[in-house]
Amino acid sequence: MKKDLVLNVKNLVVRYETEDGIVKAVNGLNLEIERGKAIGLVGETGAGKTTTALSLLRLIPEPPGVEECGLMELDGLDMLSLTPKELEKVRGKDISMIFQDPMTALNPVFTVGDQIAESIHLHEDVSYTEAQRRAIDMLELVGIPGERASDYPHQFSGGMKQRVVIAIALACRPKLLIADEPTTALDVTIQAQVLELMKNLRKKYQTSLIMITHDLGIVAEICDEVAVMYAGNIVEKGTLEDVFNRTKHPYTEGLFNSIPNIYDRKAMLTPIKGLMPDPTNLPEGCPFHPRCPYMDEDCKKPQTDRAISDTHFVRCSAYDRPGFHINRKEK
Amino acid sequence: MIRYIIKRFLMMIPVLLAVSFVVYFLMDLAPGDIVGMMAPPDATEVEIEMMRKEMGLDGTLPERYFRYMKNLLKGDLGMSLSMKRPVIDIFFERFPATLKLAFGSIIVAMIISIPLGIAAATHHRSWLDGASMVTAMLGLSMPSFWLGLLLIILFSLKLGWLPSGGSDGFLSIILPAITLGAAQAGNLTRITRSSMLEVIRQDYLRTARAKGVSEKKVIYKHALKNALIPIITIFGSTLGNALGGAVAIETVFSWPGVGRLTVSAINSRDMTLATGCIIMFTIFFTLTMLLVDIAYAYVDPRIKAQYSK
Ligand SMILES: Nc1ncnc2c1ncn2[C@@H]1O[C@H](COP(=O)(O)OP(=O)(O)O)[C@@H](O)[C@H]1O
Ligand SMILES: [Mg+2]
Repeated sequence: MKKDLVLNVKNLVVRYETEDGIVKAVNGLNLEIERGKAIGLVGETGAGKTTTALSLLRLIPEPPGVEECGLMELDGLDMLSLTPKELEKVRGKDISMIFQDPMTALNPVFTVGDQIAESIHLHEDVSYTEAQRRAIDMLELVGIPGERASDYPHQFSGGMKQRVVIAIALACRPKLLIADEPTTALDVTIQAQVLELMKNLRKKYQTSLIMITHDLGIVAEICDEVAVMYAGNIVEKGTLEDVFNRTKHPYTEGLFNSIPNIYDRKAMLTPIKGLMPDPTNLPEGCPFHPRCPYMDEDCKKPQTDRAISDTHFVRCSAYDRPGFHINRKEK
Repeated sequence: MIRYIIKRFLMMIPVLLAVSFVVYFLMDLAPGDIVGMMAPPDATEVEIEMMRKEMGLDGTLPERYFRYMKNLLKGDLGMSLSMKRPVIDIFFERFPATLKLAFGSIIVAMIISIPLGIAAATHHRSWLDGASMVTAMLGLSMPSFWLGLLLIILFSLKLGWLPSGGSDGFLSIILPAITLGAAQAGNLTRITRSSMLEVIRQDYLRTARAKGVSEKKVIYKHALKNALIPIITIFGSTLGNALGGAVAIETVFSWPGVGRLTVSAINSRDMTLATGCIIMFTIFFTLTMLLVDIAYAYVDPRIKAQYSK
């Protein structure tokens, strides 16, 4: 059966050519997202999550960025062949993004109402007055009183600003929403509210979602699928059950072992040994092999994705070894 | 906001007191005596003394100063000694010409420097950036009167396109405005560029791009409005420079403004006229600064919020 894909990316490569060397931020990433699904993109800082997101919007700053991609289709639309003018029509309309830091994501010299209305006015065939009226509706939808539309960003708290950013991103009902660590910069109590809001709105609008985070709790809360990213590639992807209960990649295992277990407080926290590799100088083969407890010579060879099931794949050559399994038990 | 404006008005009083004090005493230090210059060569001591009294120049320096200040507070700047007419009338006859020149030069400066500064910032480190910075440095470091003379030689004497002086019609303002504008443009280009470079890295521009805003609008709407804030702050001093620069340039181009008036008043030892002009100049300068601050509050909502508290 052919899958109904809202996003299909093959072999995405992004490097930043800086004075200190070539940063290999994304290295041949493949990503498929089915319509209406929410996928969590997890990984440590520097794994290339934000770079991946920006390149889906075709917003990698060039220079220093250099982007190569085999295929990038957004709901069947070939994103690689679009002219800059055509891309402007897609951004904010079919695909939109919520950025990490709400404190700096809003323009300080425009009212929040105008910032929401701008997006509506750009993409929909309505007068500016009508766009402003709809901006007020959007504000109320994210839980901010409509009369605050004429206020400026500095008059809002961080959590409220993030609600405004969400209103901007959802104003034109995009097919795909990318949320880049939308709650990392917020207080814990506010985090829960914002997540709840996103969850509800996503359901209401049937928007597909890429939730970028390094918090596995958030993934479990919101997502249908998980993709684990390491040094510019997805090393394991599957449904929540696949990745949480039938973990396959040693790096994913390491991630789970390094979060506190609230059911077993006496259990030891075992952080992953070593550091993220230098992205200007990645190891041969699997980039995780210098830190991997299961490493052998084959790990230094180029890696390929291997299917575990219809929904689950892992990028790890250790599964070539007969009977190989990781220590973490299947649940 | 109203309270803030009133406060600023009251703050002008000590500034004007200090300026009038300094100017009045400095003028007195200047050698030469208008009474001596104006009296007929065969006038007796007594006649000269009478003239002095008529002109209000008798008594010791502090006496004269207090008499002058008393009149000033009543809004009376006195009579010009050489022209025998109220100083205030003469000033307002000449002031529009100076304002016209100052604003003309600022318009020239903005037309040159804002696009140049933006281009330099958006093409950071390219040849365009380098070229515009060199141009800016040239404008900054060239003495205005010299540039003025060069322009006169080229456009008036050699090509004969534009008048070399005077003030009849639009054509005659072009050369003085360019001369004065070039000096302002250097500074303004540098400020526009650095302010734009700062704004261009801000996250909110990425938000705008992600919304589908075109690159042109990102720069000219979202970025420029933020980048203008520091440009407006220095607008006050730009206008100050323009007004000040006018003094020198007016003489080069025989522009009939306050600058040339003040210079000739000093040359003829017409103390009341010179002092009056400088004091009026100061009043306008402070008023401009106030207007600029209000404009600043208008562009930056964060400042407006502070005032309205
Ligand atoms: N504009 C840029 N110029 C140079 N290097 C960059 C730039 N943006 C990101 N990088 C580098 O690319 C790598 C991936 O960064 P990023 O995509 O932000 O990761 P993540 O979002 O997972 O933390 C990092 O090593 C980062 O330093
Ligand atoms: Mg990031």
